[in-house]
Amino acid sequence: MEQKQHQREARSKYSIIVPTYNERLNIALIVYLVFKHLKDIDFEIIVVDDGSPDGTQEIVKQLQNVYGEDRILLGARPRKLGLGTAYIHGLKHASGDFVVIMDADLSHHVSAHCDFDSLKQVETDASIVTGTRYVKGGGVHGWNLMRKLTSRGANVLAQTLLWPGVSDLTGSFRLYKRSVLEDVINSCVSKGYVFQMEMIVRASRKGYHIEEVPITFVDRVYGSSKLGGSEIVEYLKGLVYLLVTT
Amino acid sequence: MKHIIKILTLLVAISAVWIGLLETSVVPRSYAWLLPIYFIVSLGCYGLLMVGVGLMRFPTCPQEAVLLQQDVAEAKEFLKKRGVDVGSD
Repeated sequence: MEQKQHQREARSKYSIIVPTYNERLNIALIVYLVFKHLKDIDFEIIVVDDGSPDGTQEIVKQLQNVYGEDRILLGARPRKLGLGTAYIHGLKHASGDFVVIMDADLSHHVSAHCDFDSLKQVETDASIVTGTRYVKGGGVHGWNLMRKLTSRGANVLAQTLLWPGVSDLTGSFRLYKRSVLEDVINSCVSKGYVFQMEMIVRASRKGYHIEEVPITFVDRVYGSSKLGGSEIVEYLKGLVYLLVTT
Repeated sequence: MKHIIKILTLLVAISAVWIGLLETSVVPRSYAWLLPIYFIVSLGCYGLLMVGVGLMRFPTCPQEAVLLQQDVAEAKEFLKKRGVDVGSD
């Protein structure tokens, strides 16, 4: 393990892409946590901000003053343009061999996961390491019964219909080999919520080596949750779309 | 091959077996007629069972929420000292 750790330090750079929209506080917290917990790793954080009116970009600039402009990059876009294109945009600025993509909302406690992902990648030489909430060591916090039921129902439906080869399709904490991300992202067309599912299903169909690590999901500390009826409809549409196109 | 084709192929194969059973009358015809209903019912049971088991075994992580709160407090203090505007939210 220790030897592998050394290899990793010598060799790899990680680009962490975080799309944001009105996440001024969360982005500051994430940057702090990542810097605190990933001391031995060469990484950069790329914030792709979709013109947040709350001043997210000012905060990012202040963070650049603290941590350095080479470690925190700001890829600003004029308005909300969707998750998929946010990653493509972030990828243009990325100089790492590996790309970690994650949500800005702090629902996944960043600190533990980053290291976990990269270690698992080194151990298995996987193309993708994806987080799952459904195994031992992972889990959720702050969900009521209804939310758990919805999540489980959606998961069983997807597993039965798509046979995706991973236990958690919507887990939004993933590490990709850079070339793999470039390949997969170019064949994805969905936007928003379904995008994460499409990425992992397409990668699985292309035969990439995917490993899973447990992740924890703590319900949003700041900001409100986005789960609602329309999201369920989006999910079902996404399932049908993936059924006929992958 | 598109995934929907795989699933349809599977369904066609199952239908073929069923029609075979109907024609050859290995099992009594009246039973064979009911097999698709059994199939659908057992599929539904499988789904409900999986959701139920999943719900019961859904892992939770209350300790993680506490850790996160601690880290958030720590981060705010650190960043405030260095002139990052984290107060007004």
